[in-house]
Amino acid sequence: MTNSTLRGKLGIYLVSAFLLAAQPFLVGGFLGNSWVRIIDFALLYIMLALGLNIVVGFAGLLDMGYIAFYAVGAYTYGLLSSPQFGLHLPFYITIPLGAVCAACFGLLLGTPVLRLKGDYLAIVTLGFGEIIRIFMNNLNQPVNITNGPQGVNLIDPIHLGGLTLGKTMEIGSLSLPVVYLHYYLFLALSVLVVILATRLQRSRIGRAWVALREDDIAAAAMGINIRNIKLLAFALGALSGGIAGGLFASFQGFISPESFGLMESIMILAMVVLGGMGHIPGVVLGAVVLTIAPEILRDTIGPMQMSTFGRMIVDPENARQLLFGLALVVMMLVRPAGMWPSKRRALEFSDAKAKARAQKG
Amino acid sequence: MDIFLQQILNGLVVGSIYALIALGYTMVYGIMGLINFAHGEVVMFGAMVTITVISALVGAGVSLPGPLLVIIGLLIAIPACMLIGFTIERIAYRPLRGAPRLAPLITAIGLSISLQQVAILIWGRNYIPFPPILNHDVITFLGASITKLQIVIIALCLLIMVGLLTMVEKTKLGRAMRATSQNPAVAGLMGVNVNSIISATFVIGSGLGAVAGVMVATNYDQAHYYMGYMIGMKAFTAAVLGGIGNLGGAVCGGILLGIIESLGAGYIGDLTGGFLGSNYQDVFAFVVLILVLIFRPSGLLGEKLADRA
Repeated sequence: MTNSTLRGKLGIYLVSAFLLAAQPFLVGGFLGNSWVRIIDFALLYIMLALGLNIVVGFAGLLDMGYIAFYAVGAYTYGLLSSPQFGLHLPFYITIPLGAVCAACFGLLLGTPVLRLKGDYLAIVTLGFGEIIRIFMNNLNQPVNITNGPQGVNLIDPIHLGGLTLGKTMEIGSLSLPVVYLHYYLFLALSVLVVILATRLQRSRIGRAWVALREDDIAAAAMGINIRNIKLLAFALGALSGGIAGGLFASFQGFISPESFGLMESIMILAMVVLGGMGHIPGVVLGAVVLTIAPEILRDTIGPMQMSTFGRMIVDPENARQLLFGLALVVMMLVRPAGMWPSKRRALEFSDAKAKARAQKG
Repeated sequence: MDIFLQQILNGLVVGSIYALIALGYTMVYGIMGLINFAHGEVVMFGAMVTITVISALVGAGVSLPGPLLVIIGLLIAIPACMLIGFTIERIAYRPLRGAPRLAPLITAIGLSISLQQVAILIWGRNYIPFPPILNHDVITFLGASITKLQIVIIALCLLIMVGLLTMVEKTKLGRAMRATSQNPAVAGLMGVNVNSIISATFVIGSGLGAVAGVMVATNYDQAHYYMGYMIGMKAFTAAVLGGIGNLGGAVCGGILLGIIESLGAGYIGDLTGGFLGSNYQDVFAFVVLILVLIFRPSGLLGEKLADRA
């Protein structure tokens, strides 16, 4: 690498770091703090999507119940740090504990499904996700553990000593609202997850996952322990989901089984697939686009109808979902390999396309 | 003992509906190797269209016997659902043949969301009641009760399933379908128009879905824009349970799942000493599914393992 490109790269990094640091002030200043909140969620979804990407993108195991791990993380935090049991454990215990619990659930799911592949794996993981949700929904009797459909309320924000993320922080003349504080926390953790995922991908383990994805028998012949490597994928994916879940619970202050339905699992899967399976920048892009696009639609559909027709013709919420569904279809039709696929995958796909064309012609 | 029989009967009713929907999933899977995630929505449209037609007829003062009204509703709902199924294949699946395997999954999910929203636009978010035109007389049989309507549902399901199996085994269309599912390229060389066979599969599956939707609506006396989700998932579970891609398997899987579910719901309270109640019905179905797949990874009647992750 020559000196000038190195300097250029450094420049890009510095500029993007500055933009990321200034983002809440820019977004909050121009669009209002509700948009900073949406960006906070986008960061949470980045962590989730990258976790799922390990399982689906790297190892090629189609997991449709991924939200269960998010739920485990969220409930671990919620139950141990709220008036539900009167426990108020600090975050440095509950979040790691939630992550470990989620990883254990990952192993719990991974062990029986080792022999399953493809769609059978998909349906079992889907069933697993539903089982977790149904238990959360119903474990309020005879012993009240999860408080059932009402969910857990008044969850403590993350706090350490006198410092809390639960209310506006004043540093000198600078005032940082709650959503800004969470933004920086989530940003730091997302960056950490991105770095870890990138390092993992390039490691021996990451290459073993790719080998597993491409051909499990050949991978086994090359001396890869298929069982361990699959379980590791499930556990590490779940770990990331568990951390995101704990953060979600602390940020939201309230969790209920409704947040952990199949639709959420599918949304995260859509982020991975639509972004570009197995490609970390693509997955990050997918998570950001799929979190923010519906919100933009929410903000624009109502006023647009008012200005063109002078009245509401279609319920905005309804129109938003409809457009979102159609957008998923159109985006997938236009770019079937994802918005930003890895070079390798893009090549594979154009190869397959050429073959299909040759067959047709 | 009468509780046992009652649960078996209930399970049989629900199970035969599951089986009918599962056939739609398994036919598409057998031919294309894809899960048609929008199939549940086709079922929902079948129910909704029928209810709308019947309500309109009743509202217009047409006084026909109840079953005839349902048949008229069905005659409109079936083509409507067939059209939806045909469109789904055209939009979501055909352009993506040869694309990465998960791409059609996302388009199908996108269509499924869109179809639900269209249903909200047309029918709103509330439960739509089934017009009270059908006879819900109860027949008591060895201490268990079943309505005449439910007997009709079971009989009709069995009839349709036998018809479908005969069609696939005996007719030219059926042979073309089996050939396409084995190897589309070779089937094409043998003069089978693969595209139209795939379309036909979607159309037939959607027609079955429409009938199933009406059965669900009559059995529970209501329909809802979201009903396709849970019933679709159960039916899909049933198809996997039986060995996806296998028609006989879908039928067995559906009926078995229905019976397991209702037995589970009936006895889970006793089994766990009252700790878990019938609200865990769905858990029961999934646990059984997972257990079956652990010991028979390709389903009860499945032969080959799906291996295209």
